[in-house]
Amino acid sequence: MEKRLFLRGNHALAIGAIKAGCRFYFGYPITPQNDIPEFFSKQMVKVEGCFIQAESEVASINMILGASAAGARAMTSSSSPGLSLMQEGLSYLAGSELPAVVVNINRSGPGLGGISASQGDYFQATRGGGHGDYRTLVLAPSSVQEMHDLTLLAFDLADKYRNPVIILADAVLGQIQETMVDRPYQPLELPPKDWILAGASGRDPRLIKSLYLKEGEMERHNWKLFEKYQRMKREDVRHENYLEEEAELIIVSFGTAARVAKSAIRLARAEGLKVGLFRPITLFPFPEKALFDLSQRVKRFLTIEMNTGQMVEDVKLSVARDADVHFYGHAPGSPPAPEELLNALKKVY
Amino acid sequence: MKQVFKRPRSLKDVSFHFCPGCHHGTIHRLVAEAIDYYDLRERTIGVAGVGCSVFVYEYFDIDVAEAPHGRAPAVATGLKRALPDRIVFTYQGDGDLASIGMSEIVHTANRGENLTVIFVNNTVYGMTGGQMAPTTLLGQPTTTSPYGRDFLQNGYPIRMAEMIATLEGTSFCARVALNTPANLMKAKKTVRRAFEMQMNNMGFSFVELLASCPTNWGMNPLKANERVEKELIPYFPLGTFKERKGTDHQ
Repeated sequence: MEKRLFLRGNHALAIGAIKAGCRFYFGYPITPQNDIPEFFSKQMVKVEGCFIQAESEVASINMILGASAAGARAMTSSSSPGLSLMQEGLSYLAGSELPAVVVNINRSGPGLGGISASQGDYFQATRGGGHGDYRTLVLAPSSVQEMHDLTLLAFDLADKYRNPVIILADAVLGQIQETMVDRPYQPLELPPKDWILAGASGRDPRLIKSLYLKEGEMERHNWKLFEKYQRMKREDVRHENYLEEEAELIIVSFGTAARVAKSAIRLARAEGLKVGLFRPITLFPFPEKALFDLSQRVKRFLTIEMNTGQMVEDVKLSVARDADVHFYGHAPGSPPAPEELLNALKKVY
Repeated sequence: MKQVFKRPRSLKDVSFHFCPGCHHGTIHRLVAEAIDYYDLRERTIGVAGVGCSVFVYEYFDIDVAEAPHGRAPAVATGLKRALPDRIVFTYQGDGDLASIGMSEIVHTANRGENLTVIFVNNTVYGMTGGQMAPTTLLGQPTTTSPYGRDFLQNGYPIRMAEMIATLEGTSFCARVALNTPANLMKAKKTVRRAFEMQMNNMGFSFVELLASCPTNWGMNPLKANERVEKELIPYFPLGTFKERKGTDHQ
């Protein structure tokens, strides 16, 4: 029988990272993700790994750049203001085509904001965030189990594409405790790391860089990255459907909001309302084709987010032209209650 | 006939692009000679800063990672922690290391990371066209201090080697110049010593090299060399500020 653990999301994520072979963690304290660096500070010693409490998030992300250039699986975690500081590094990681896993336990903003759960960093995560024409893969867990499972996947996808992967969770998912199946790590088949720096012994020197000055080089590099993002869209889009058969209204929601939406849908079903859920698990690449296909049959959508409206733009871009897309936003504070979402969906049902 | 002077193995067979009289080429050579001297080429990884330093990868025949502006010590930390048996060095200018990268350099030194920092101080932002650096001397005109650096407006030039030497994590810290043959020979030994410290797992080693930038100083190479002697060395004294004899901090 599979081993079951009762633990909080942030610990599930950290256990997943060690299982996936991550031996380098660099991070800086910020609430509500401190139990991740604290966990690694204790555990990395036991697996002969490396934990550094960096002087800033700027340093953390660049330490990852170094460890990743050396071929190691490396990660950091932070919360929204920290992610802002990492955007420079993320841009360089993407430009230099280096794998990395970066966790954002999304808190509220802008500015110092607050430590409560938010989905306000959707744009920052899915649009690149830093300077230049690049994307990061974005995984959005919705349970403690997924905090673990998607972390295993994140390291594989980072290596598969030589690209940073962001795990976009929030304060609720980080702190909530629930039961999780302690699944073994079954790695994807990955390309050899024939690009790492280790000293030019018996081969030509290698470079890890993002500077392209010669005529035409930068353009070629940008189109090469574009092709990579197109491949992500073909091969690594994930979503979950819930009670979507014969639904007349589909709620589109991710992460913590999707959890509450499920409860609201159960309440709605008990009242005879045919409501289903479409939950993107990859926020980039966004499951646009699956959502379009669904919109051939269902014509009414309600996007629910813990912000004032971000993912709803992707939903509108994805669905068929004759589908109606509504939005209900629960701006940060405490997460929405199922009854609140039930009222919201009744208004558009 | 015996050949007494040739290109170091660790440099590629390409011409430097640096301006006439610039010391970067000389510093590249000193670093390459040190790498060759200890036969480290095949296990050395360089980390390039941003500015004229970024082209390290064009000239060194070794593995190189390019870091964001100022972040080379953090990148080098990640590399060295992942590959503790390799030799890792950063190559950074004064804007990169002493301005935008002040936090990274101080904390990398303070952690006693076992790596080497080559710090080129020419008192000016070179690549971007001669703007004021944190090391620009008082009274020195630059494109962003056209009336000369004024301490009421811009504060004082920072003495990095002295500052780094105060940190417990630092094992070796020195400042050298390249303006005379005698200084050049001292610089060569000092750079070699810095790599030796790393090879012996002694921890953080730091060499500041006073360099000329004739183009942005608006001088010919000879005048620029004279300026190093007359203006830079009096404010940035040469010498070894710290040298640990044993690995007492490890």
